[in-house]
Amino acid sequence: MRKCLYKDIHKIFARVAEKMPLYIPAKTGDEKAEYKKWSEGDELFEGLNTVKSPKDLFFPQSEDLVRFKTEGKNIEITDVREDKGPFAVFGVRACDAKSFEVLDRVFLTEPRDSYYASRRENATVVTLACSRPSETCFCKTFGIDAGEPGGDVSAWIAGDDIVFSANTEKGSAFLDIIGELTEECSCDAVDREKEKIAVIMERLPLSDLTTDGFGGGKTEDLFNRAEWAELSEACLGCGTCTFVCPTCQCYDIKDFKSGNGVVRYRCWDSCMYSEFTKMAHGNNRLTQKERFRQRFMHKLVYYPENNDGLYSCVGCGRCLKSCPVSMNIVKVMKKLGGKKND
Amino acid sequence: MTNYEETLIPKLGVITDVRIDTPDIKTFRVVTPEGKKAFDHKPGQCAMLSVPGVGEAMFSITSSPTNEEYMEFSIKKCGCVTDWLHSAEVGQQITIRGPYGKPFPVDSEFAGHNMLFIAGGVGLAPLRSVINYCRHYRHRYGKIDIVYGSRSSADLLDYKEIIEEWTRDVDVDVHLTVDNAEEGWSGHVGFVPNYVKELGFDTNRIAVLCGPPIMIKFTLDGLCSMGFEKQQVYTTLELRMKCGIGKCGRCNVGSKYVCKDGPVFRADELESLPDEY
Amino acid sequence: MQKITEKHLAEKAKDLLSQGKVSAVLGWRRGEFDYDVTPALFTDADEIENGLVYNCFCGANLSKYLVSKIRAVEGRMLVFLKPCDTYSINQLFTEHRVDREKVYIVGIPCNGMADITKIRNAVGEGITGVSGDECLRVETLYSDEPAELCLADVMSERCVNCKSKKHVAYDELLGDEGEVLDSHRFDEVERIERMSPDERFAFWQRELSRCIRCNACRDACPACTCEVCVFNNPASGVESKAPVNEFEEKMFHIIRAFHVAGRCTDCGECSRVCPQNIPLHLLNRKLIKDMNECYGEYQAGEAVGGVSPLTDYTAEDGEPGDLIRRRDTDA
Repeated sequence: MRKCLYKDIHKIFARVAEKMPLYIPAKTGDEKAEYKKWSEGDELFEGLNTVKSPKDLFFPQSEDLVRFKTEGKNIEITDVREDKGPFAVFGVRACDAKSFEVLDRVFLTEPRDSYYASRRENATVVTLACSRPSETCFCKTFGIDAGEPGGDVSAWIAGDDIVFSANTEKGSAFLDIIGELTEECSCDAVDREKEKIAVIMERLPLSDLTTDGFGGGKTEDLFNRAEWAELSEACLGCGTCTFVCPTCQCYDIKDFKSGNGVVRYRCWDSCMYSEFTKMAHGNNRLTQKERFRQRFMHKLVYYPENNDGLYSCVGCGRCLKSCPVSMNIVKVMKKLGGKKND
Repeated sequence: MTNYEETLIPKLGVITDVRIDTPDIKTFRVVTPEGKKAFDHKPGQCAMLSVPGVGEAMFSITSSPTNEEYMEFSIKKCGCVTDWLHSAEVGQQITIRGPYGKPFPVDSEFAGHNMLFIAGGVGLAPLRSVINYCRHYRHRYGKIDIVYGSRSSADLLDYKEIIEEWTRDVDVDVHLTVDNAEEGWSGHVGFVPNYVKELGFDTNRIAVLCGPPIMIKFTLDGLCSMGFEKQQVYTTLELRMKCGIGKCGRCNVGSKYVCKDGPVFRADELESLPDEY
Repeated sequence: MQKITEKHLAEKAKDLLSQGKVSAVLGWRRGEFDYDVTPALFTDADEIENGLVYNCFCGANLSKYLVSKIRAVEGRMLVFLKPCDTYSINQLFTEHRVDREKVYIVGIPCNGMADITKIRNAVGEGITGVSGDECLRVETLYSDEPAELCLADVMSERCVNCKSKKHVAYDELLGDEGEVLDSHRFDEVERIERMSPDERFAFWQRELSRCIRCNACRDACPACTCEVCVFNNPASGVESKAPVNEFEEKMFHIIRAFHVAGRCTDCGECSRVCPQNIPLHLLNRKLIKDMNECYGEYQAGEAVGGVSPLTDYTAEDGEPGDLIRRRDTDA
């Protein structure tokens, strides 16, 4: 393990940024924060989570897939993919680090998504343990430990220091970059910090939330439950939960006619949107109740069924903080969990 | 990064023939600019066709894999992409990617069995591929029956091929029907599900259904009442798709993705899915 | 002055339900925490007793919900409306989006709604309880003593500049009636007007570039009640879920502001629901201010019926161009 004074963190940022682009959660001017490319003067957001998750760095909200030029009956296809090279992202919380695993299972499964794969390969993920989780945090429900954040390098703020520990080869290379600015240290301070975090995790108001009643094979138990009507009643059908969610990965592919040909791009889409499943001759989810149910069934039943029991929720709490009507996965789980279809 | 194959980046295709099948269905023949087949496929699989600037849509490949020269797509006019294709002329380039989806188990579950194909309207399009595959490898299958119906005789797809080729095969029986009586039509009149019951097939066969949801529902009910097990019946689903590879989330029903785990499903597999397809 | 609490609301709701005057009650349901209340439809007394809540986090304007919920209910629906919400419902009556006869409005007083983000900034993460009204006691995981905050210091931006404590539509009122206030709601608009064009462009660039096109602003807006929004219609050619470029996201909000101009009551829901804290209401306020200057003072939703300045013509109407020239000369 290596450490430096936390107040000198900007020196670490500067050193890393000399080698490769570095993204950190930074204040956006008002009270909120988002991941942005670090430049001199940018300060690390001291709060817990950004509004949008760092999935943006691997699966951007909108990206070009391919370009076309048409002339008469002919079409020219241009591959617009480019390797932007290595980059680092600092300050990823344990929940968000776990979300990359959830996304990997979608995008890296054959046929793998080369756009996503390239960014994942190029990235060094430096995580940061959560010393002060929010009341909306429930990562523990999904087996995530906020004190062991994972990624290529784990970091802890312990006392006046920030301590780094490499978990992968990429992580070791990262520690080499910041080597001169840090010194070797024992793991005592980190162990104490982990104990503190473990105590807080137990005290969190949602620490007793369990996944009982959910998981693969629970479709029949849950799909026709009457409670979906009440749960979805207030849903506006906006895409806020989906877009702030670190694990939501549905996308749309669309063509944009520029003055100079056609750009085929993909963008985040939301199963909460009324036109998500609309076809030329019908729509298999006509009501908001059906769309709302789809989102939670996917996270809590369908995804784990296809992915060895891994849930497509990491308990980051973003939807708890952002939903305009305060409806969220915790309320769904508390209402439907642990009961049988009657 | 560019070393990786990327299925979302399509290949070029050229329309080399346009056949007017019915008032709203045309069949397009597609090859690469080099005049070859764009890729190999299995019966029941689909391809994403697109017209840059108009959009991309999934279509079942109507031609049999045994056709090594080109692919065919029978396309009904019912949206942006299909409207545009219907106005396309021979020589028009389009883009194509695929093949996508799970095919019919022609070389496993179907092998050695009598086959009953039941189609309604443009539902014959995905079945034509598997019917012609079975006809090509005729010795691998038992008796073949084909029940096909449409609104009117003008709406019957592949009519020429059915009359000139399929009905002339030994051990292939074609049963055509139209919804309403019409002048000059001496064949059967009535809806497909009823016709299937009237024909009264024994259960020693595998049934493959394709058509509008309502036809599938009633035909499936009819087959069950005739004693067919759900494990003997196959059908195809159609939902909105964008990626074709089970990632964009659009065609997700239960733990299945129609683009990747379908479009071919056995009736008992459908039963285990939530009722929203 | 009698202090109106959620108990009063619950009694009123149960009373009207048992008398058969209404068949359902639209209010707010208690959440996991004190601050995460959800608009909800109640049909039985027990649910109301246990679930109905009214506190400083009941910001959601229930008028919008009437448009869809009223169809699902036979008979009349009770709806609790804060003063600013009543302007929205009048506008919906005017536009025939909600049938007046199907609604029973109980006007409830409002001291201003709290903004949980502001509370979080004041006390940090880990809020486990918020109680009180004028003075809020905030309990957190990380402090043994609750923090005390003045509601005024953590109030939603829209409530700081509240335009009216008066209910402009109701069947009955709980508590005392308030008055139309002399608000400073156009101060911020004026500050932006005084910016140079470059500064103003940079301001909106900074704000709107954070937009994630979640459409929450549109979906919560009581003036946006199209059955299928043009931006949800694949056949429209402008359907889009993500910003293709910065230009598009600016245009989305500007087009939306123009679309609701003359109908927007300035309820501020757009800014409340924005997950990125974009002050979208300022776009609407700018248009309201311009209309006031061009065509005379007008408050959408003040009364049912009538014509808005943008659907009316009088010989005295000012020209927008004159307005701009006058402002340029003043500057």
